[in-house]
Amino acid sequence: MEKRAVFGNRALPYALLAPQIAITLIFFYWPAAQAVRQSFLVEDAFGLSTEFVWFENYIHLFTDPGYYRTLWTTVVFSTAVTVMSLSVALLLAVMADREIKGATGYRTLLIWPYAVAPAVAGVLWIFMLDPSLGIIAQGLRRLGIDWNPRLNGTHAMIQVVLASSWKQISYNFLFFLAGLQAIPKSVIEAAAIDGARPWRRFWTIILPLLSPTTFFLVVVNIVYAFFETFGTIDAMTGGGPAKATETLVYKVYADGRLGGDLGGSAAQSVILMAIVIGLTAIQFRFIERKVTY
Amino acid sequence: MASVTLTDVRKVYHGGVEAVRGVSFEVADGSFCVLVGPSGCGKSTLLRMIAGLETISGGTVRIGERVVNAIEPADRDIAMVFQNYALYPHMSVYDNMAYGLRNRGTPKAEIDARVREAARILDVEPYLDRRPKALSGGQRQRVAMGRAIVRKPQVFLFDEPLSNLDAKLRVQMRVEIKRLQRSLGVTSIYVTHDQVEAMTLSDQLVVMNAGQVEQIGTPTELYRRPATRFVAGFLGSPAMNFIPAVLRDDGAVSVGERRVAVSAGAGGGRAGLPVELGIRPEDLRVAASAPGTLPLEIEFVEELGATQLIHGRIDGVAATVQVATGAAPTEGTLALAVEPAATHLFEPESGRRL
Amino acid sequence: MVERRSLWGTLLPHLVLMAGVAVVAFPVYLAVVGSTHESAVIANGQMPLYPGGEAIDTYYRTLVIGPSRSTREPVAGMLLNSFLMAMIIAVGKIAISILSAYAVVYFRFPLRMAAFWTIFVTLMLPVEVRIYPTYKIVADLGLLDSMAGLTLPLIASATATLLFRQFFMTVPDELVEASKIDGAGPFRFFKDTLLPLSRTNMAALFVILFIYGWNQYLWPLLITTRDDMQTIVIGIKKMIVTSDALTEWQIVMATAVLAMLPPVLVVIGMQKLFVRGLVETEK
Repeated sequence: MEKRAVFGNRALPYALLAPQIAITLIFFYWPAAQAVRQSFLVEDAFGLSTEFVWFENYIHLFTDPGYYRTLWTTVVFSTAVTVMSLSVALLLAVMADREIKGATGYRTLLIWPYAVAPAVAGVLWIFMLDPSLGIIAQGLRRLGIDWNPRLNGTHAMIQVVLASSWKQISYNFLFFLAGLQAIPKSVIEAAAIDGARPWRRFWTIILPLLSPTTFFLVVVNIVYAFFETFGTIDAMTGGGPAKATETLVYKVYADGRLGGDLGGSAAQSVILMAIVIGLTAIQFRFIERKVTY
Repeated sequence: MASVTLTDVRKVYHGGVEAVRGVSFEVADGSFCVLVGPSGCGKSTLLRMIAGLETISGGTVRIGERVVNAIEPADRDIAMVFQNYALYPHMSVYDNMAYGLRNRGTPKAEIDARVREAARILDVEPYLDRRPKALSGGQRQRVAMGRAIVRKPQVFLFDEPLSNLDAKLRVQMRVEIKRLQRSLGVTSIYVTHDQVEAMTLSDQLVVMNAGQVEQIGTPTELYRRPATRFVAGFLGSPAMNFIPAVLRDDGAVSVGERRVAVSAGAGGGRAGLPVELGIRPEDLRVAASAPGTLPLEIEFVEELGATQLIHGRIDGVAATVQVATGAAPTEGTLALAVEPAATHLFEPESGRRL
Repeated sequence: MVERRSLWGTLLPHLVLMAGVAVVAFPVYLAVVGSTHESAVIANGQMPLYPGGEAIDTYYRTLVIGPSRSTREPVAGMLLNSFLMAMIIAVGKIAISILSAYAVVYFRFPLRMAAFWTIFVTLMLPVEVRIYPTYKIVADLGLLDSMAGLTLPLIASATATLLFRQFFMTVPDELVEASKIDGAGPFRFFKDTLLPLSRTNMAALFVILFIYGWNQYLWPLLITTRDDMQTIVIGIKKMIVTSDALTEWQIVMATAVLAMLPPVLVVIGMQKLFVRGLVETEK
């Protein structure tokens, strides 16, 4: 797609682009390049001297069982968040898609958690799950469960998964609902005439037709779980206990700031960048329409 | 007012595609010129070069005495009506018409006077405060015309302005455009692919094909004496019949074994040359079977009300004849007589008239 | 739906949706309730499920005085910081990306595609993956603890540029041509035609970006060291780092409510634009 009619001005387009390009170069490319450079360096404790060490930082990472544990934690965490928020959202969207009274009202009541900051979502859920004062924690205790996310890694993980999924439901709900509404009524009617009952229609017609939306949402949710949940985790567990809720992004932050291991942190950043680029490439299928020059 | 003169105008696109291959003609001051041709023939590109919306790769375009090749569209003293109207969707009808004048710094009072005058002429006065979205197709068309009129330009350019309207409205607007152009007396160049629009509107008709001019003239001239097989086939509905034939040396051609008399002087002295015999469906007469007639095996009949189109085959070649309803049988074989003066002969290779 | 539904079939969606709304709303309800009780009641785990009578006192203290034991910073200032940051990010992003999209779509110039791809690739570089190098650059530029340092690195965005580019592509070419004939150059066309036509897109984008800016966490956490530069999302977290018994939960919850209020109101009040913005930016 190209515009047929354009302006012939020579200098103007550069002036129009300048602010964005400048910010992009200074705050995106330069730091990214720095991260790559730094990942090949080792800095002494006082930051006085640096040494070029080739892939040592990377080798160090990949021989560190701690890194694999964080990787595993990230996989578990993002899978749990994705599956949970997607399935709840799909259920709600299917219900709201039926011609029921007040469907738009329900939509309004379901979408606003999108606006809640991840860190605030974390705080809200701590308030319910805190072992000494949380209302849900007390309920669990009464059921005989020794709920203690401060000491029990699994409990801590459940806690961050709940808070992160809770916040993401509204987003998924909106996209599922839009996807459902885009399915032509006639197709569903044809299936009904072919004798498919509602449950069967859902599995054989609606779900397959919804698969592009689902695929898109899976990618978006993984990206969300990787990056945007930092605030939730930091507010709820700080990565603990004993790093049980430390995701890759959290480790970059923790190693760089608290540990001062800038080289290792940079190497982790580079690996994360590779992951983002991979995810973006997958997502590209959906963005491609935007960039078909 | 001014004339428009094109001299060997060319358009070559980046990939080397030649959209317009050396076009020259002059549009007289105050006349209505229609550029017609199939899609992709370069007519729109040519119009856009006159408007200044496309660069001119070669040749010159003059408006009046001034060469405008390097002049901005806004300074060419033209106005243009677009196929999709190109009304500014966020501006009222009034502002749409006033916008160009404001950009030019025309005094407010004069803008107001001109816009109201145009609105009166075009019958859109009640809608001046509305947005284009709230108008019907025909009303939008009028506003687009109004935007052109208020400018009081030297030349009006129309780029298929009626093709987004339904059939009935199209006929109505066609008449209005013609009337308006007559009363304002502004030189107009009009692009269309619709040959009926082309025939009815134009003082001067330019038929284009493959980036070149096929023929220029009045509509009647082109219809009566098409210079090429392309023009002959393009103008006229239903289209002209073309029947393969062979030149004879006695002012006639052979169609199969039959001798058919043709207009005098056509292709003398080139006997044996294969040609295409062109006859318009309305120029064929139903007659008694005789040596000089052509037999049409009837396939089916289209009713037009006052007349009928009888479709069939002459020696296996598809042909059509137009007759008054009920004037001929609608089954079997018809004998068709040919009026020599109404025949056209074309060279099959070059398509040129003989 | 196609066939007639039984009573159960009519009721089920409502029940499920109400349950969904309850799950979604409960944590927030609890926060509101929490902000109306005394600290001691909450700390004992004795908080009832209905609002108490301390609301005015709590919100006054939260906004004007601040928690006495942790940050000590009144939340009103944080709200202002958050508001400024969100506004600058949203308006800044829209401004620079509409200009760059205009350049890329409506002009032909050397390096046009290079510029486009330079911007496009940043889609793949969220701030989280380049956090320390960016921090160092902002520090070197002397922008720590400043609004500029807080917002500039978050302002460049491929998404907004792509959205505007997408929209500009759907604007008919004839509008530019009509403008040219009407004597409008690139400035006038932008101001008189393109900008008014983009209004809805800008508003939709604004809703999304305001929320994005308001909810930023990791970057402000690193870049702000002074308490008076804190945003509310950072401030609230700092209120609970101190050990359990010392946390003034009623104030934490009041702060949570205040932190949620502006973006949630934006979403509910501008629901149509919000949905549109969300769908368009992800398309």
